[in-house]
Amino acid sequence: MQQVNSVKHSDASQVVASIQGLNKSFSNKQALCDVELQIKSNQVLAILGSNGAGKTTLINTLLGRLKIDSGEISIFSSQPGSLAVKQQTGAMLQVASLPETLKIREHIQLFQSYYPNPMDYQKVIAYAGLESLQERFSKKLSGGEKQRLLFALSICGNPKLLFLDEPSVGMDLSARQSLWKAIRDLKNQGTAIVLTTHYLEEADSLADEIVLLKQGAIIQRGTNEQIKACVSSTTIRFTTPSYPIDFNSVAYLISHDVSGKYTAIQTNELNQTLISLLTKYPELEDLSVSRAGLEEAFLELNKDQLAQSKTGKSVINKGEAA
Amino acid sequence: MNYTSIECASSTSEQFVPMSPAKTLKVYWLETKFEWLKTIRNPAFALPAILFPVIFYLFFGVLMNHGNVQAASYLLSTYGTFGVMGPALFSFGAALAVERGKGWLDIKEASPMPASAQIISRLIVSMIFSLLIIISLGIIGVFFGGVELSVFQGALLSVILVFGGLPFCLLGLALGMMLKAESAPAIVNVIYLPMAFLSGLWIPITMLPNFLQTFANFLPPYHLSQLALKVMQQDVGDSVFTHLLALTLFAVIFFVFALVAHKRKQN
Repeated sequence: MQQVNSVKHSDASQVVASIQGLNKSFSNKQALCDVELQIKSNQVLAILGSNGAGKTTLINTLLGRLKIDSGEISIFSSQPGSLAVKQQTGAMLQVASLPETLKIREHIQLFQSYYPNPMDYQKVIAYAGLESLQERFSKKLSGGEKQRLLFALSICGNPKLLFLDEPSVGMDLSARQSLWKAIRDLKNQGTAIVLTTHYLEEADSLADEIVLLKQGAIIQRGTNEQIKACVSSTTIRFTTPSYPIDFNSVAYLISHDVSGKYTAIQTNELNQTLISLLTKYPELEDLSVSRAGLEEAFLELNKDQLAQSKTGKSVINKGEAA
Repeated sequence: MNYTSIECASSTSEQFVPMSPAKTLKVYWLETKFEWLKTIRNPAFALPAILFPVIFYLFFGVLMNHGNVQAASYLLSTYGTFGVMGPALFSFGAALAVERGKGWLDIKEASPMPASAQIISRLIVSMIFSLLIIISLGIIGVFFGGVELSVFQGALLSVILVFGGLPFCLLGLALGMMLKAESAPAIVNVIYLPMAFLSGLWIPITMLPNFLQTFANFLPPYHLSQLALKVMQQDVGDSVFTHLLALTLFAVIFFVFALVAHKRKQN
């Protein structure tokens, strides 16, 4: 009966989990540093960061699988890892292989039995796009199919909170599209989703909030647009001409990069740079202008201090300053 | 960021529904059923586990000893012990280490599956395998080896061996928690085979040098085989209590090892 209620209210996002001052270190390496997070229903929270930034460690602490050094984690007003939390949580973690001699149908049936109110079998199969593979042994699955099965297992219990650690690894384009559709669907029904990914396109397309982790600390957070706005530069791209270009003479140029066929330059003052560039080199071909995307923002924000001082550019690291 | 009050979340946790006893039972049933299917569908495990003790017994216990009933009867108990150790060590030890190494146990641990379901299902499957092995050996012994075994003796031997597999399951569990996936099968073999030999499972313990006979007291298969041999009065002569105490002690030690290995993972 409670559920009917919550479905009605599901437009409003509620805080499902809150993390305060979370610290975790392994032997002598700081893996998570003062992490503050709120996970909300009806939202996809994407955690980005390069390898070793602490994404998986963060998820493991939220699942109660790792002890934390200090800080507080409250999920559904309970301790992470408690039975009450586990029953309302789904987790898709990175798994090299599943027990090979069970069929997809059997794997799902088994996981359904773990939950008091499991999701309907057909619905699980449909969400994960496994209709035609139900009788297949997991040993015969491709990388993408294995990911789909892991996704199916993570939603078996009708989770209110869903962790997806690199969900689309190994998936082809259409499988990825249907995974995204399923994620959006679950989100619209009120599920709080925490997503880690290497595909920035995935974060861009799914996330309501993005958190950027670097060496265990959150260095930036915001909506996709806010993250992109951190990088104010614009990129001008054109076919590398046969003659050399004197980049020093181009006005307001931040950096340039000649890589093979194309040359790209970054600028803060698009109009001024364009005028100066085209005045000098009016014959440039295939000229295009693009605002910084998530990828540029990600790379820029992830650069270390040394690289920043080299390019002479200051990046606003709100998270680090705080 | 704090515009949503945290109180809202408490309404969500009210949806916590305890599992009914029937549903809990179903978890254990399905876990066991699929553990069984998983195992028998893997011929690389299922065949050697049953065939090795059966072929060894047929060869050394029946064909090569030219109608020596005493030897056939002796080796029924010791190959029975050998046969029980296999599934226990491999299903718990090697298979668990592989599943843990591939990250599969992480998924299970993140789910609300009761941790004991995983252990009990493996225990039951390994006991079913043990029973199959004992019955096969018994048939060979009685029909081809001339072993005289009353129904009571047969039943007693089966009970001793099936439940005597428990310490080996716990040894397997400890190994499964500690070993790396790649090296687990090899290491389990390195423990399994020498321990079987040194416990007098292949060659009667009394035929081994004295220092090895003393050393055998520190090996769990020795104590289980002595218990089994008591059924037909072929044991060395120590009391039942001594062997039970030794096996219990080993079981406790292995269980503690498994717990320590599990705790260590969380830090």
